[in-house]
Amino acid sequence: MTTEMIILQNGRIVDPATGKDGIGDVWIEDGVFIASRPEVPERAFCLDLSGKWVTPGLIDMHVHLREPGHEYKETIETGTSAAAAGGFTAVACMPNTRPVNDNAAVTRFILEKAAGCAARVYPVGAISRESMGEHLAEYGEMKSAGAVALTDDGMPVVDSQLMRRAMEYATSHDLLVMSHAEEMSLSRNGCMNEGPVSTRLGLRGIPAAAESIMVYREIALAELTGARVHISHVSSEPSVALIRQAKLRGVRVTAETAPHYFSLTEEDVGNYNTHAKMNPPLRSERDRQAIRQALADGTLDAIATDHAPHSVLEKDVEFSYAANGIIGLETSLPLALRLVHEGVLSPVQLVDRMSCAPARILGVGGGRIACGEPADLTVVDPDRLFTYSAATGRSKARNTPFDGWQFRGKAVLTIRDGRITHRDL
Amino acid sequence: MGVKSDYRFRHRHIFGMEQLSEPDIQHVIATARSFREISARSIKKVPTLRGKTIVNLFFEPSTRTRTSFEIAAKRMSADTFNIAASTSSATKGETLVDTARNIEAMSPDIIVVRHSCSGAPQLLARHIAASIINAGDGAHEHPSQGLLDIMTILDHKKELAGLKIAIIGDIAHSRVAVSDIIGFSKLGAKVCVAGPATFIPAAVERLGARVCHAVEDAIDGADVVMALRIQKERQNDPLIPSLREYATYFGVNRRRLEQAKPDVLVMHPGPINRGVELSPDVADGASSVILEQVRNGVAVRMALLYLVMGGEKSDDGQGGV
Repeated sequence: MTTEMIILQNGRIVDPATGKDGIGDVWIEDGVFIASRPEVPERAFCLDLSGKWVTPGLIDMHVHLREPGHEYKETIETGTSAAAAGGFTAVACMPNTRPVNDNAAVTRFILEKAAGCAARVYPVGAISRESMGEHLAEYGEMKSAGAVALTDDGMPVVDSQLMRRAMEYATSHDLLVMSHAEEMSLSRNGCMNEGPVSTRLGLRGIPAAAESIMVYREIALAELTGARVHISHVSSEPSVALIRQAKLRGVRVTAETAPHYFSLTEEDVGNYNTHAKMNPPLRSERDRQAIRQALADGTLDAIATDHAPHSVLEKDVEFSYAANGIIGLETSLPLALRLVHEGVLSPVQLVDRMSCAPARILGVGGGRIACGEPADLTVVDPDRLFTYSAATGRSKARNTPFDGWQFRGKAVLTIRDGRITHRDL
Repeated sequence: MGVKSDYRFRHRHIFGMEQLSEPDIQHVIATARSFREISARSIKKVPTLRGKTIVNLFFEPSTRTRTSFEIAAKRMSADTFNIAASTSSATKGETLVDTARNIEAMSPDIIVVRHSCSGAPQLLARHIAASIINAGDGAHEHPSQGLLDIMTILDHKKELAGLKIAIIGDIAHSRVAVSDIIGFSKLGAKVCVAGPATFIPAAVERLGARVCHAVEDAIDGADVVMALRIQKERQNDPLIPSLREYATYFGVNRRRLEQAKPDVLVMHPGPINRGVELSPDVADGASSVILEQVRNGVAVRMALLYLVMGGEKSDDGQGGV
């Protein structure tokens, strides 16, 4: 639905970038935010948002859209549709497609497919050709085509020298390097966190050290090279401690975690539930508490879903053989709002972690409500009670451990470029 | 046996010792004891499961366990069929669920399954109607072995409560160890595990076992010493430098066994690497009850087949699995 002018009235505007947190109106005209005027024009589409929050559009900096190559799991169209339904106006998509997004042609293909979709798509290019960890990909070409960052997500960079060169070369193009931190020799054949549950279930465990060792390597290389480094999907307490210390030293490192790491633990693997299998794995309660604390104190900058659609072909199999990952776009905000209801995060902090920080880290627009800028915003009803159903979700995939969960709070209106992409008012 | 008269065995599937209560375990053993005399008859057959179809679905090579289940089924007059991984469709890329549905179409009553993946029996049970008995899944559980071990101990000791039981060897990769630790603990035994630290899994004390640093500490005053098989095949994940060094520092031999109680039972789930985890004189010595374990295996498996068929078809406590 396109309307020339939208006026959102009486909402609680939560806009950390401008420090605003209070009741007010937001005016949108021709796709951009404008200053309010004394008179409401007759042609304006007005919505009363009393009791709701108006926030800059949420940005998910870590999703897998699966296109090109795995369209049976998700497409750019269905993935961005799920994003809009979850309150997101933009997503950054990982390069582990087929072919891998390691060159400008694939980057351009993604952006062409994304044109006209429900959310902005920021492609993330590969660190190495085909993410094989051997040769650098063409960062300059990919950046010119629209890539905003680099990662070999899902295929950790084993060779430390290659990672060092990647970081150095990335600085020449002022690109962010995102790291999937995993020491493969420690995690090999593992399929869940190493601990009491892996012992009880007889499953090969992955210790937290498999993550923290690589987190430390990336921090050391960031110090060596001066590159901007971002640690993806942080899951464990030791990693949090390393990032906290590095930030105190002034290292240019940022980090994200995913909603499942502050919502679930290894216990949720239960009886071989493949919807609780992801990489890194769900950790202990102690790790979960550390992640929550780190989100509150800012050690972890952002909440990102690691939205990883899979079909039943990959999930309805033996636990050891099941694919890693869960979808998350439509449950991210409801899960994050639990942190607000539990007093872990303030509304301002939540919006920072889910909008401002991702925009700042990726170096893209958005993350604030400012006159003259594209009107991307999310309206949150923090008290709406609902039961999440994967079957009625917009993603093609159903692989989520949160099916049937009852939530308090969700996105009820998503606007991207002044266009309504999701409405549940 | 201390089992109340209103007791009912309620399990349709047997996934592991974890799901069984103490009365369940006592009931299986009492049933197995009543079946044991069938194997001593000249005509070793009763009509109890006549007309029932039992499929042994083995995705891992096994001679002992498969044969034991097959003999148990045949002594109960059931029709048995063996499907081995090499003759099944597993190598053709068929999924476990598809394989299960194909077998289901042939209307089996019980599927006895062994699989290298932990949790595979639960996955099968989610998709098919037949009763599932786990004959060993990955490093998870091997419940019929756990039960036959308890039965063998109870043939010699009044009860497990208060006994000190030492389990020595590769605890981390052993489904027998998990089933034994859980089962022995449920009946009140004090279970000590020992072996090189590379063989001790994370947080094993949460299963009910105490970790002993040295084998000598575990064996000291033990009523039962269980040695586990050291798998020679485990090469691309080196956990011990050599079998020779293992035998020297962790093997159960006569000298170490002197620290146990005089009436100690020596057990082993088989097959034995003689001279590695167990010295030959101990394996064949007066304390060894290893062949009794094998004999009791048939009786325990007869009991399990009988109970999953004869028990009330009500919830087995494993929820929707």
